[in-house]
Amino acid sequence: MKKIYLDYAATTPVDKDVLKEMLPYFSEKFGNAMSIHSFGQEALQAVDSAREKIANFFGASPAEIIFTSGATESNNIAIKGVLKSYYSQFPTNYELSTHVRITKNKKPHIITTAFEHHCILDSCKAVEREGLAEVSYIKPGKDGVIKISDIKKAIKSNTVLISIMYVNNEIGTVAPIEKIGKLIKKTNALKKEKDFKIIFHTDATQAVNYFDCTVEKLGVDLLSMSAHKIYGPKGVGMLYVKKGTAIKKIQDGGDQEYKMRAGTHNVPGIVGFGKAIEKIQDTKTKKQNNSVLKLRDHLIEKVLREIPDATLNGSRVKRSPNNANFSFKDVEGEGLLLSLDMEGVACSTGSACSSGALSPSHVLLSIGLKAEQAHGSLRLTIGKYTTKQEINIAIKKLKVIIERLRKISGSVLEEYYDKKYL
Amino acid sequence: MQYSKKVLEHFTRPHNQGSIKNASGVGMVGNPVCGDLMKIYIKVKNDKKAGEIIKDIKFETLGCASAIATSSMVTDLALGKTIEQALKITRDDVADALEGLPPIKMHCSNLADEALHEAIKNYQKNKK
Repeated sequence: MKKIYLDYAATTPVDKDVLKEMLPYFSEKFGNAMSIHSFGQEALQAVDSAREKIANFFGASPAEIIFTSGATESNNIAIKGVLKSYYSQFPTNYELSTHVRITKNKKPHIITTAFEHHCILDSCKAVEREGLAEVSYIKPGKDGVIKISDIKKAIKSNTVLISIMYVNNEIGTVAPIEKIGKLIKKTNALKKEKDFKIIFHTDATQAVNYFDCTVEKLGVDLLSMSAHKIYGPKGVGMLYVKKGTAIKKIQDGGDQEYKMRAGTHNVPGIVGFGKAIEKIQDTKTKKQNNSVLKLRDHLIEKVLREIPDATLNGSRVKRSPNNANFSFKDVEGEGLLLSLDMEGVACSTGSACSSGALSPSHVLLSIGLKAEQAHGSLRLTIGKYTTKQEINIAIKKLKVIIERLRKISGSVLEEYYDKKYL
Repeated sequence: MQYSKKVLEHFTRPHNQGSIKNASGVGMVGNPVCGDLMKIYIKVKNDKKAGEIIKDIKFETLGCASAIATSSMVTDLALGKTIEQALKITRDDVADALEGLPPIKMHCSNLADEALHEAIKNYQKNKK
């Protein structure tokens, strides 16, 4: 049985050209990019060349690209590093006995969304817990899109950071980053010189493959991403830091990455990252993205047409070309996922049962789904290697599995709500 | 998450799945927030020697693989047993018979014993 991979939003296979570029940097060109000798210089050259390619892709300068271990680390630096910088400018005394910060200045305020990736949400919750900041979590609309007016309303005089994800990782919906960027620029223009300006961060991890990520155009100060979502290797990513942004490192050690991120460079990873970016930048990409979009539309239409009681989660239009996310009535996602896996089809679900969490996907709940709809969700994400035939086979199997699971569940859900069973 | 072979067997080919018309007792537990809903139907016959015997048992479950597997297993364990014996079946018995469940599933999806006990209670109430 040939396996079918429909989980490209989780991770992508490393492109063969990317792997080829990386291989010499394991055993032959193994130098530490911080060493002065020829081995080190060889590695440094490779790192610099990758940095240039990546900077070029984002329309940034190389000194604005900070390599990290991935988007999770980048997002942690964005949240915690900005606060660190804020407190270095506006010092406070931390009262150890009461765990209260004593400050003449107001506690800094962060705006983010309720459906960010957990690395942003948990970082925000951590700084809230430590008393370092207050955080507003903006709810997306039912279509999974963040409204600019909601952000505008949330901005306060002590707002220091706005962090909004570009493309949602579960439902693929797209935020109006460019418009938010303009709003923040306008707000900052009204501030006094000594005031702490609002910093704009976006987690663009799911966007880089398909959307314009020119930082100037987006108006962002910080942008996170991960190489393994763009056919590059795992364990490497970057944080774009616009020159002059008030942010401090959160990890101490060596002087790597313009003293912004200590730790020996992941040279093969960075080299692969550079090649992966180069590949999505070449002229073929546009055509490829179009074919991904066509396939995805075929997938959505076929599922909605052929499987009864199926709904698409998130906006049909304002969504990433590679993402489909459905809820199936009277079906639970983990069983669905497991059954599909037994049939060789790999995808993902927002059901709590699949992750070991207690509640279902916070993303699906944030757009107003009932718990059982979130439990009954299935995310299918495609990529450049997906074929129409694979999609057709997957849907054929999906239909049979859903029929089977619905037979098992009978009408318990309806009865539960009717309380007829008593 | 690793499921035992037995769990996967019962998940893919559950035993005693379906419903019973004119059941002697019906029990339903769980809630949609947790994601698991289980309903068990029993048919009880009075045997002169042995007493009240579960002659037939069926289940319907909306839930994850372990919810379906535990439902299936509890029906196997209860079939042919007396009411007293069936009331003694615990969630640990169900988990053991399935060669274990992942720790996280021990509580949230291992409700089948409760559904069985509810069905028995319902039967006893109907009897009066």
